[in-house]
Amino acid sequence: MSAAETLASSVRKGAPAITLAGVNKWFGALHVLRDINLDVAMGERVVVCGPSGSGKSTLIRCINRLEEHQEGQIVVDGIELSNDLRSLDAIRREVGMVFQSFNLFPHLTILENCTLAPIWVRKMPKKEAEALAMEYLERVRIPEQAAKYPGQLSGGQQQRVAIARALCMKPKIMLFDEPTSALDPEMIKEVLDTMVMLAETGMTMICVTHEMGFARTVADRVVFMDRGEIVEQGVPEELFANPRTDRLKTFLSQILRGH
Amino acid sequence: MSGASTDPRLLRKAPPRPLRISWSDERFRNIVYQVLVVAAVLTLFGWLWSNTRYNLEVRRIATGWGFLSREAGLPIGEHLIDYDPSMSYFRALLVGVLNTLKVAIIGIVLATVLGTLLGVARLSRNWMLAKFAGAYVEIVRDLPLLLQLLFWYSLLQGLPGPRQAFNPVTGVFLSNRGLKLPYIQWEAAHSWALLAFVVGVVITYFYRRAARAKQMRDGQIRPIWPFALAAILGLPLLVWAALGAPFTPDVPELRGFNFRGGLDVSPEFFALLLGLTLYTAGFIAEIVRAGILAVSQGQWEAAQALGLPRGRVMNLIVLPQAMRVIIPPMTSQFLNITKNSSLAVAIGYQDIVSIANTTLNQTGQAIEGIAIIMLVYLTISLSISLFMNWYNKRIALVER
Amino acid sequence: MSEIAADGTPLVAPPEPRRAPITMIGPVAWARENLFANWWSTAITLAMIYLIVKFAVSFVSWAFLNAVWVVPVSPQGIANTEACRALKGVGACWAVITEKHRFILFGTYPYEQHWRPLIVCLLFIGLYIVSAMRRFWRWELALVWIGVLTLIGVLMWGGILGMPYVPQERWGGLPITLILATFGLAFAFPLSILVALGRRSRLPAIKALCVLYVELIRGVPLISLLFMASVMFPLFLPEGLNIDKLLRAQIAIILFAGAYLAEVVRAGLQALPRGQYEAAEALGLSYWKKTGFIILPQALRLVIPPLVNTFIGFFKDTSLVLIIGIFDLLTAGKTAIIEPAWQGFGVEVYITLGLIYFCFCFAMSKYSSGLEAEFNRHRRR
Repeated sequence: MSAAETLASSVRKGAPAITLAGVNKWFGALHVLRDINLDVAMGERVVVCGPSGSGKSTLIRCINRLEEHQEGQIVVDGIELSNDLRSLDAIRREVGMVFQSFNLFPHLTILENCTLAPIWVRKMPKKEAEALAMEYLERVRIPEQAAKYPGQLSGGQQQRVAIARALCMKPKIMLFDEPTSALDPEMIKEVLDTMVMLAETGMTMICVTHEMGFARTVADRVVFMDRGEIVEQGVPEELFANPRTDRLKTFLSQILRGH
Repeated sequence: MSGASTDPRLLRKAPPRPLRISWSDERFRNIVYQVLVVAAVLTLFGWLWSNTRYNLEVRRIATGWGFLSREAGLPIGEHLIDYDPSMSYFRALLVGVLNTLKVAIIGIVLATVLGTLLGVARLSRNWMLAKFAGAYVEIVRDLPLLLQLLFWYSLLQGLPGPRQAFNPVTGVFLSNRGLKLPYIQWEAAHSWALLAFVVGVVITYFYRRAARAKQMRDGQIRPIWPFALAAILGLPLLVWAALGAPFTPDVPELRGFNFRGGLDVSPEFFALLLGLTLYTAGFIAEIVRAGILAVSQGQWEAAQALGLPRGRVMNLIVLPQAMRVIIPPMTSQFLNITKNSSLAVAIGYQDIVSIANTTLNQTGQAIEGIAIIMLVYLTISLSISLFMNWYNKRIALVER
Repeated sequence: MSEIAADGTPLVAPPEPRRAPITMIGPVAWARENLFANWWSTAITLAMIYLIVKFAVSFVSWAFLNAVWVVPVSPQGIANTEACRALKGVGACWAVITEKHRFILFGTYPYEQHWRPLIVCLLFIGLYIVSAMRRFWRWELALVWIGVLTLIGVLMWGGILGMPYVPQERWGGLPITLILATFGLAFAFPLSILVALGRRSRLPAIKALCVLYVELIRGVPLISLLFMASVMFPLFLPEGLNIDKLLRAQIAIILFAGAYLAEVVRAGLQALPRGQYEAAEALGLSYWKKTGFIILPQALRLVIPPLVNTFIGFFKDTSLVLIIGIFDLLTAGKTAIIEPAWQGFGVEVYITLGLIYFCFCFAMSKYSSGLEAEFNRHRRR
């Protein structure tokens, strides 16, 4: 996979939102990200898939520096990730993240979960933050739960709150780290619907998921990772129809068998 | 809905179940069981009570609380309120209660500080610090507290006398007479400054609340520390200075065979405080560690991904959750310090147990003496438990 | 695995995993990560190395290099401790242990009969080890306990099988500590189960009695119970009936332990899912059958780690009998240095006693945390 090819596929959309160049990461002696080159344009929707342990979660966690990379360059929205705390704050304001295990704050109500960051990071008055939060809670279709605590909601509802919470920061880019893997089948759909709706608004999204249906409907590009490297990438139909590597073929057959 | 309430069928209650006098009726059986158990317990206590009354009579032991107003005649070395042996037993016991509270409260503060530091140290990324804290906790928790107290006490007694006292810093002397610390001559201005400090803390609390409320209206985050600094430190200093800034240091000095002046910490109190603090800090360290670990890594990550700075993550997300886990077991440790301070009797610090014990030996009124000990501790324990129940209800996490 | 696609185009073979830069693995990297991550961490590491080395050096010179291990003893049995006194604290006087270890371990038990308390101690340790092994966790273990405890009583008292009778006043040292702790547990445990069940009972009078008992005992210090045992119990009993001081203290410890263990057992009963209770009831089991066959076996298994931790607490707490003058290990140690010749060598004695207590408690605490880890692993699966 040459860098030129990567560039070509993303040039159709606007300016680059995220650029990873020659990124390497180790956990101790374990080489978890190997020479990752990836460009994501503004408004582009990328799905990252691959077998477990292939480094896909680590990849997106590096983008908002929940993990630190050791070699290479990551530029998000024109700001390079470095040890400078100011650039880190700036990036985290622009990048929203949704986790596999929701990570809602159990001691705060749904509304407080959503208004926390606008109040303390965006310095928004409470009224304004609450109005904003209600707007997003309505968009994810759970405004009636606003006064409840996370423990009182179902998994699917919690994940939709987590999406609303991230959106309240008005991020330019959204990262999804296997948002549906911890959910029961009947709840997966409600979360995916929310994500499709979000995609329709033109949000830049990077999504780690095994939901191939979602990838087909929404993704501009699918990136397949294995053993810490990007093995193949391309438009979903093409990639799924004509996998060029054995690794992707094996992966796809396992995924299909599983469903 | 309002019309439905007139429907007589909805007003019907479950019919009362008649109690059948039959062994096959569960309710009847339950009542019989309970009556039997209560009767057995009452009989046992009644028997013990009649024995006791007989024994007291035979041995000519006085009963009743009359002794409380009699002259105690027992000397007490350390007293927070005015006391001499010609005062009543009641006064002596009151001195004992205050001595218990004194060592318990200072012990609680020190053990909490040390325990928190150790608990955080156990989770440190510095391997050596983490291992050291771990070893400390393991050793301290696996040795009987009484043994530790005796160890510290005999270590203190083994120290050289006042003439060869350890003198690590000017004015601090550690000898077999205990610890001597530099102090100041306490004057009214100092009491006022102390009051100003308390007022400063209260004002800061309200200022913080007001600043929060204002922030909620206009979004501006106002730093609180400049105000807090001014109110908590500046105000007392100002009060002190306005009253003439009296400052007469009272540094202990060796005169002849003993020290003069300074703050005097007796070896008994020092050994007890040291033992209680070091022992309980080991338990508190484990509680703090568990509390921090109870807040999952995901909570940190989610808060950081939202762009909250580290300090705010700690304040808004981690601490409120950790405190829920920490506070209940922490309170029981505070209670343990209070109860364990009763070991004072083994090294001769005169707490309530020690004084009540002397009282019961002098008067022979064992029942009253022990009743006083139990009453004091039960009062402390129950008031703390009541507070805890209220607190736990307030902070309980709402779940499905 | 072939790296050639069906159409023959060679594909990118997965590159060999590149080794992390040398700054990231190996002992140097480990030290950098864990000891010298930043200047703050480096400062802590250096300060701790300094303190530990300094402490270790002075401790070794006190405890080993400058220590006195034996002192001459006159034929009258009076030790000449001048050699120890001459050290003036720069060296330990282990001679006190050399001279007094039999007294510390066995108290005033007749000297030539010391093999009996020694066997008793070994029996206790054996009993602990057997009880710790999971394959022996059956009801039959209770029989083993009854057997061993009876044997211990026979050995201590004697009076049969050619063993001379030794009255209880002469028992002392480690066996007393072990007796108080073990008999305390043996009686407090069944009591605590009853109280825990009572506290969860639907019968209000029984529940109230149990709550009252637990809260009263937990609200007061153990010392007050021991005082009660030593000065009030004699008043409670009818004239002529007199129970021995050790037994009275034992009763106080049982009452104390029962309340704390009851709370541990109750936690186990509460942790059991409701379904277990309902299933047992649906099978038509009576209350006692349900409790004995379904509830207790599961609930007790759940609470074994906290039970062991509570037991460590009692083991340590038995030392409080010192205050009412019962001759346990700690009292024996404290008494050993009352003799004028040995006065002032408390630190050496307490360090030795500490080692004995530590061995028991550390073993139990390691056992309990190991068990806890194992239970958690099973539950996660």
